[in-house]
Amino acid sequence: MSAPSAAGQPPPMVKAERVHKSFGAVEVLRGIDLEVRAGEVCCVVGPSGSGKSTFLRCVNHLEKISAGRLWVDGSLVGYRQRGDRLYEMREREVAAQRRDIGMVFQRFNLFPHMTAAENVMEAPVQVKGLGRAAARERAALLLERVGLADRMGAYPAQLSGGQQQRVAIARALAMEPKLMLFDEPTSALDPELVGEVLDVMRGLAEEGMTMLVVTHEMGFAREVGDSLVFMDDGLVVETGPPRDVLAAPRHERTRAFLSAVL
Amino acid sequence: MEAAGAGPGDGLKKGTAADRVPPEAIRAVPVRHWGRLVGALVVLALLVLLVRAFAGADTIQWDVVGEYLTHDTVVEGALRTLWITVVSMALGVVLGVLLAVMRLSDNQVLSGVAWGYIWFFRGTPVLVQLFLWYNLALIFPILDLGFYRDEMNDVMTPFLAALLGLGLNEAAYMAEIARAGVLSVDHGQTEAAHALGMSRTRTTRRIVLPQAMRVIIPPTGNEFINMLKTSSLVSVIQYEELFRAGNIISSRNLAVMEMLLVVTVWYLALTTVFSVGQYYLERYYARGSQRALPRTPWQRVRTNLGTFRTRSVVRKEETR
Repeated sequence: MSAPSAAGQPPPMVKAERVHKSFGAVEVLRGIDLEVRAGEVCCVVGPSGSGKSTFLRCVNHLEKISAGRLWVDGSLVGYRQRGDRLYEMREREVAAQRRDIGMVFQRFNLFPHMTAAENVMEAPVQVKGLGRAAARERAALLLERVGLADRMGAYPAQLSGGQQQRVAIARALAMEPKLMLFDEPTSALDPELVGEVLDVMRGLAEEGMTMLVVTHEMGFAREVGDSLVFMDDGLVVETGPPRDVLAAPRHERTRAFLSAVL
Repeated sequence: MEAAGAGPGDGLKKGTAADRVPPEAIRAVPVRHWGRLVGALVVLALLVLLVRAFAGADTIQWDVVGEYLTHDTVVEGALRTLWITVVSMALGVVLGVLLAVMRLSDNQVLSGVAWGYIWFFRGTPVLVQLFLWYNLALIFPILDLGFYRDEMNDVMTPFLAALLGLGLNEAAYMAEIARAGVLSVDHGQTEAAHALGMSRTRTTRRIVLPQAMRVIIPPTGNEFINMLKTSSLVSVIQYEELFRAGNIISSRNLAVMEMLLVVTVWYLALTTVFSVGQYYLERYYARGSQRALPRTPWQRVRTNLGTFRTRSVVRKEETR
């Protein structure tokens, strides 16, 4: 089954309908409705513990949702529907679905036993079966694009946080994803290194990449974001164009949060 | 300082030429550690006494030690020790990794069985296990595998009993070592690999195991060296390894202490060779974990030679 959409329109890149997620007795997501169109940059903000990261992890099935429906590019995430029964996908199908969704983590999660180039080459070679020479060429291009052409042979431990995060972005791009997920990509960085990562993300947005970004960088959300989602306590409180939400929040909870962080 | 009244901060701001000249290097008299010196002398004196006691003991026939060091029986025994160690360790590592995977599995039956295996083989002495295998014929006089049938006493040779006794026992320890290694790898690594679309098997093989190796290798090297020595136990079930070879000869020539020394030298030589091998293996798996790999002893010697040369050059220039 594909996501419900108006006739003739392409399906939204991400569509969430009353998505719930519980860890044991704790309900982290309590009914998320959200839509990200292709080519759109959607920024998700909110206090810590509001479920932003959990929702992001549901989008590529690192977490299983407990209720509701979640589609990426028109197909259900992690399940197949036949009639009105849901079937869990096999591991291989889930992996195939994740190939088209890039993810960048707060703590980079680069593979420490591989050089920057090897990190970028790993998935194209292992998953897509690309030849090593071709993969290396591509890795060189991608690392050049994030401004690290001269650090191909460096191990993650030899790179600064900002450089590591840029390698992580290149690694995700190597699979040519149609959607990029960013989980607080600058939160673990020293303040002076935040800019270089945001610059790379800005460049990606300008090239038309669809991005779902969990962030605390309100400036980035305002300038680059097409839409802003404010989450609190497992619910979407407010959503709209970033300038409007940031300048004139409609809900009391949004106002309180923004006055605390801005 | 040109201005007598200028504070320390003022000089910095002005950045005058006088401030840019680095201050004179400190040449202080180092603290003398008399205690250390005395301690070293006492220990050295004791060491000399010990060596003299052994070297001067006319009850030890040193020529016999030298003669039997390369005796055929001894060399064959040493090779057998090496062989039983290598095959037992191989069995232990393969089975141990399998058990570790079983213990980490979500399948309750698999993890339960692995737990039970480790409980039994870690909970009983190797010596007892060796005798259990060696005397298996007392329970099963005939080995009948359906496609293969034979007298158990013919099948259970000293070698096979030694292999099973040492190898299966080792697997229990290796399982825990491998499990600790896998658990030491950050969960974010698995998530990053999964997010890239890598399957579970591929993630384990390409991402988790290479990182786990760093944690697994040092204790495994330890186990290997332990096994070299523990293998002397299999002499009790008639496997003719190094220790038993020494005993056989000393029962003929009555040079008990001499043969024990011969065996000691061989064990030390074997463990030394493997310690060096372990060092290089660890170095290989350390890549990426440190900013620069630690230097090998050989590299260290070469750079030290280099510094000696530059130091002597400096000294020559100073005297000029």
